Amino acid sequence: MSRRYDSRTTIFSPEGRLYQVEYAMEAIGNAGSAIGILASDGVILVGEKKVTSKLLQTSHSTEKMYKIDDHLACAVAGIMSDANILINTARVQAQRYTFSYQEPMPVEQLVQSLCDTKQGYTQFGGLRPFGVSFLFAGWDKNYGFQLYMSDPSGNYSGWKAAAIGANNQAAQSMLKQDYKDEITREEGVQLALKVLSKTMDSTSLTSEKLELAEISLDPSGVVKYQVCKPEQLEKLLVKHGLTQVSSESA
Amino acid sequence: MECVFGLVGDGFALVAADTSAVHSILVHKSNEDKVMLLDSHKLLGASGEAGDRAQFTEYIQKNVHLYEFRNGIPLTTAAVANFTRGELAVALRKNPYFVNILLAGYDKDVGPSLYYIDYIATLHKVDKGAFGYGSYFALSMMDRHYHSRMSLEEAINLVDKCIMEIRSRLVVAPPNFVIKIVDKDGAREYAWRESIKDAEVSAA
Repeated sequence: MSRRYDSRTTIFSPEGRLYQVEYAMEAIGNAGSAIGILASDGVILVGEKKVTSKLLQTSHSTEKMYKIDDHLACAVAGIMSDANILINTARVQAQRYTFSYQEPMPVEQLVQSLCDTKQGYTQFGGLRPFGVSFLFAGWDKNYGFQLYMSDPSGNYSGWKAAAIGANNQAAQSMLKQDYKDEITREEGVQLALKVLSKTMDSTSLTSEKLELAEISLDPSGVVKYQVCKPEQLEKLLVKHGLTQVSSESA
Repeated sequence: MECVFGLVGDGFALVAADTSAVHSILVHKSNEDKVMLLDSHKLLGASGEAGDRAQFTEYIQKNVHLYEFRNGIPLTTAAVANFTRGELAVALRKNPYFVNILLAGYDKDVGPSLYYIDYIATLHKVDKGAFGYGSYFALSMMDRHYHSRMSLEEAINLVDKCIMEIRSRLVVAPPNFVIKIVDKDGAREYAWRESIKDAEVSAA
């Protein structure tokens, strides 16, 4: 391979590739996966936790899901410390918008703004790209519920269902088969958990290894971001018959 | 002395402004349009230092256009009002703009709205507002005759009453006014009220 062209992020290889960006995506391919599903009444984000230990204080922080603003949240896959920097940047951008316009920042604009930041690291400065992929889930009054996926190159697009992290290609093709338009949040949760259970490496699925979050509208029209509690998640897994080793077909 | 005033009616908002451009004792022109169309559904009526007025309103207009080009959706009237106020607030402690603004707009979900923004970055959402010496007369007339959800005919009547009052009671009253409205069909010029027309230059 053209090894001499990989050390600098800001140059193309002779074949027209940006190796550092590709290597960043490799790093994410080894990280815990995350799946996002756009439902008619909300957006679902499910993540696979890689760091599992009885000693972890799970009630105080999340590993995969982060709230960016009242109407926007994201799931991450990749290097956590890189993700923290970008999440903070996203939060500042969202507040800066609200400071100027006294309105919540439209979801796509936030994603675009963050991706512009990421793109900078692929073109100038000599710094490596961020080793993180995001799934952004949110609601705004222009386009309702939306799901976006972005990667280290700074590209992004809107999705009905998407997967990032380990085995994301397998997850993506499963989603392609089973997703249907106008899916409800409940069906979306079931689909996400089912796909994740099939693509996760571990032999059995427990609520300790997963994180589930949903974006929805409450009856008065206010956007709600909720992370599912472990007890509820366990109940969901039992309900959908996913707690055993996945030898039972759907 | 310059005068801008406006009000919100039933499904529309309107802004009226005098059209004089004055320097000391000289009237440069009496058909200067001080109510700018920001986008399809917004009007910005401004009064104050002439250079600041033109420069600041054009700056706001171009930023509103830029947002729409970048993001594919227009800004709401409230968002433009807050953005404008923010720009005035930042400039205030460095190099203030001496411009007073009445921003009128129509949004599908909210209906018509009017924002009062003065040169020291005060922002108020109002049903009626006025700037300049003419405001003493316009506000009094509007306080007496305004009610919510006025029809266009009633509102124009009230505007004409205000203009009459300004013309008759203000010592160096501007002779001509322009009235612009914005409703669900967009922002547009409604009428001029001229008591002095610039003399036509006869062809040689």
